[in-house]
Amino acid sequence: MIWNETKECMSRDEMTALQSARLNKVVNRVYHNVEYYRKKMQQAGLEPGDINGIEDIEKLPFTNKDDLRDTYPYGLFAAPQSEIVRIHASSGTTGKATVVGYTRRDIDVWSECVARALTMAGVGKGSTIQVAYGYGLFTGGLGAHYGAEHLGATVIPMSTGNTKKLTTMMEDLGATSIACTPSYLLHIAETLEAEGRIPNIKLKSAICGAEPWTEAMRIQIEEKLHISAHDIYGLSEIMGPGVACDCIYHTGLHIYEDHFLPEIVSPETLKAIADGETGELVFTTLTKEGIPLIRYRTKDLTSIGYDKCECGRTLARISRFKGRSDDMLIIRGVNVFPSQIEAALLEMGETSPHYIMEVDRIDNLDILEVKVEVEDRYFSDEIRALESLTRKIERTIRDAIGLAVKVKLVEPKSIERSMGKAVRVIDKRKL
Amino acid sequence: MKQLSVFLENREGRLSDVLRILAENNINILSLSLADTSEYGMLRLLVSEPEAGRKALREQDLSATLTEILAVKMPHEVGSLQRILTILCDAGINIEYMYALCTGTSEAALAIKTSDPEVALNVLERSGVDMFII
Repeated sequence: MIWNETKECMSRDEMTALQSARLNKVVNRVYHNVEYYRKKMQQAGLEPGDINGIEDIEKLPFTNKDDLRDTYPYGLFAAPQSEIVRIHASSGTTGKATVVGYTRRDIDVWSECVARALTMAGVGKGSTIQVAYGYGLFTGGLGAHYGAEHLGATVIPMSTGNTKKLTTMMEDLGATSIACTPSYLLHIAETLEAEGRIPNIKLKSAICGAEPWTEAMRIQIEEKLHISAHDIYGLSEIMGPGVACDCIYHTGLHIYEDHFLPEIVSPETLKAIADGETGELVFTTLTKEGIPLIRYRTKDLTSIGYDKCECGRTLARISRFKGRSDDMLIIRGVNVFPSQIEAALLEMGETSPHYIMEVDRIDNLDILEVKVEVEDRYFSDEIRALESLTRKIERTIRDAIGLAVKVKLVEPKSIERSMGKAVRVIDKRKL
Repeated sequence: MKQLSVFLENREGRLSDVLRILAENNINILSLSLADTSEYGMLRLLVSEPEAGRKALREQDLSATLTEILAVKMPHEVGSLQRILTILCDAGINIEYMYALCTGTSEAALAIKTSDPEVALNVLERSGVDMFII
């Protein structure tokens, strides 16, 4: 099934024409409504009239996460606040979150894109879907929810955190689909398997995203649960989940490029890279009103191809993600920058800023442990005081990154001092 | 009396490292207590030269501090520990931790970290309890 055949199966010429017209519109929109972009374009000697089609995209300046930070909170908004109906936020590189806003039309476009993705996973009217992404500032929960409603499916807004309730409702309400992170789904599968409950469920498909996963993991999930598992991609800066998703052939993720213009560039030179070669994924939002972004650097590494898929869609496909060009980690679906932890420790001021993050996956759940050096001036010979310090550091980090963390105090100078860029992260997960 | 407190990670050989550093610096250990948690240990030592001990350990990047504790003489008699604790308790002093130290034949001794070392020393001395002063 294809949700929007007109858009998903367009010829390349039609798509290019549509993208070019929309690019022209969005460039005009940011030039006239966003001072930040107007200045950037003026500095580059550009006017909206210089952008006549997607072939001119390279003339435009890039946008980074730091641009969102520098203009926090509303500096990149291109619609007046009276038009904004929703705010979401994601982790910033330090301290402040990155805030994005949606007009009513943006929510409609988002719902349309999620509906396309869900359709790829066989979800439709008559399906019952459990949305087990977090509801709140994170785009996962509400994004999937609105898309599933738009599609006409029955939505169970589970949110996260209660596996027992989730599996009980999965059985009792006969859920046919689930949207959650792949590691959480594997955890659910193993719970059901251990309790011999797999025969009780009616699950047919899963839409998993918010963190990178491997082909092996997909097959493992599919075999355990006897379902079809799909990889949904998105980021709040561009929209949220539903920027791209893979179809039943699992030969890459189809990008809804009538709304999001993709480019693959070299993270070093920022020049375009040939199709099929790995580089950094860059998006220009073509229809976004609230916060349209021009050439936003996702820092996600992938490759792109434009040949028609067996499913009939002509949308460009990106390969499974091959990592990041920055140091961002995705832990239990939450974006975490080491710099956030460093900033939190420094702000707390009761510990040394020497730390190391260790991420591991135990029973399919990501565990984050932060080792922090004790400093003489904060050191107490009372265990109680050290334990209370540990809890305090845990709370501080949790508040900063929105993720439970285990803190371990270590001896001074036991964390390696590196001459160049300090090694702050040890990721033991096999992704 | 100064106690030398050392933070130890639960790693092989850490305790032995501390003892080696003290030995190399000719520091004698009078008593020790090791409190352990699942992740780290807290080594509390009474040594011949606490200041020198701390300096030596810090030079080797170990977290070491000096803590004021009381060393109380305690006769080898039934009820003597209880008698000492009653004195402190009556004076409203909390005991953070305590451990026994170098016991001779006629008397034992006790290292006590209290919430208020000065008052504790006062009340104990007024009650006729003998103290070690090093």
